[in-house]
Formats: sequence, structure tokens, C-alpha cells
Amino acid sequence: MEEAIKVDLELDLRGLSCPLPMIRVSQNVKNVSTGGVVKAIATDPGSLADIPSWARTTGNEILKTERSGAEIVFYIRRVK
Amino acid sequence: MEEGRKKVSMVIFSGEMDKLFAAFAIATGAAASNMDVTMFFTFWGLRALKKDVGTGKSLFGRMLGLMYGGDINRAGPSKMSFGGVGRWMFKKMMKAKNVPSLAELRQTALDLGVKMYGCQMSMDVMEIPREKLIDEVAACVGVGFFIEQAQQSDFTLFI
Repeated sequence: MEEAIKVDLELDLRGLSCPLPMIRVSQNVKNVSTGGVVKAIATDPGSLADIPSWARTTGNEILKTERSGAEIVFYIRRVK
Repeated sequence: MEEGRKKVSMVIFSGEMDKLFAAFAIATGAAASNMDVTMFFTFWGLRALKKDVGTGKSLFGRMLGLMYGGDINRAGPSKMSFGGVGRWMFKKMMKAKNVPSLAELRQTALDLGVKMYGCQMSMDVMEIPREKLIDEVAACVGVGFFIEQAQQSDFTLFI
């Protein structure tokens, strides 16, 4: 069925507000090699729109978004 | 400037906390989105670049320095200022909600490569010399410089 995503770096963004979740993602995606995956856990509801927008403007890829309670989990693949 | 990168140029005219917050949030967001960001600070916006020192030479200049003194941490909200109480209240509420302070956001912007410029003309008028601005200011320039930056930009903002 669904394959588990191999995560290279996990980011805890819980409690952070705009613009920090997106900035932390952009800073940390550089710490994995191209093709690597960052798992980011946020609680800012705005990040639900912001992180995918950031991925589109920077040419990166959101593999999956999960929600559990107040937490939003993004799996972000570094494309370039 | 890297070839093919998108760019934003911003005029920061306002010196109030809320407007500066919007300016730095957009600037850091744009830089995090791989854009080149130029911020041009003029008139009241110069507060965002000032060190926490007195300014002014002439009587009016010193009065301005007294009445509008202080650095980025002294910026109050544009509404509900209540003679300083509003600033304290907003800072408390922003901290409780994990929103970064203006000084932190400015540092983040610098770390992300945002270029900050002072408006030479308003610095002259307000008697704020270069050495009273933070060292990270790239240069003190005029409108010609801004127009050139704006022409090369994908969007421009006036805050």
C-alpha cells in the first residue's frame, strides 16, 4: 500500500508563528542533499497555505501533508 | 545578484511597530522564497535602522531625537498606542504567541541576505548621521538608486 517516506531531517516548528515556520523550512531544507526529505511539524494554521506556496515558489515538492489534532506535518522533498 | 532570481524592492516609510512587522515579515518571507530583497528606509522608517542613541544637532533636530528617539524596540503600534502602554501590551501578546520581536526579525532578514539602505536625504533632514545607524546598513542612497532597484524588481511595496 502506501510506502513509508524516508525522512532525512525532522523539524519541530510547533508553537512558531508566521513568518517563522516558512523561514525555518527554507533554512533547513539546505541541510539535506538534493532529493532528501524534511519532515516539518507545525501548529500554525497559516502554514497549511504558506509551506505549499513556499514549495511552489522555490521549486521544491510537498510529498505529503498530514493533520493530527492541532499538528500539521509536511514531508518536503528538496528538488534543487 | 544571481541571474534569474526574482526580486522585490520595498520602501519603508513608517516607523510604527505593526507596519515594521509587516515589512520585515514580507522581507524575510521573500528572502526565504529565494528572492533578492532590497529595503529602502526613509523618514519614520529610519527608526528600524537606528542604534539606541540620541540624534540631532540643531534645536529642532535634537527635539526630534528626543520625541522620536530610540531604536527599533521603541516602535509603538499605529493604533492603540496609549502613550507606550500599547507597545508593552502588543509585545506581551506577541511573545505569548511566539511571534518574533522586530529586532529578531530584522536580524533574520539580514541573515537571509536582505539588503537594507538608508535614505540619505531624510537622514540629513532628521540629522541622523550614518554612524547612528546599525553597521549592517549596506549604504545610504537616494531615490535614483531605489528607482533602479524597483525597475529590476518583480514587485515593489510602500509601507
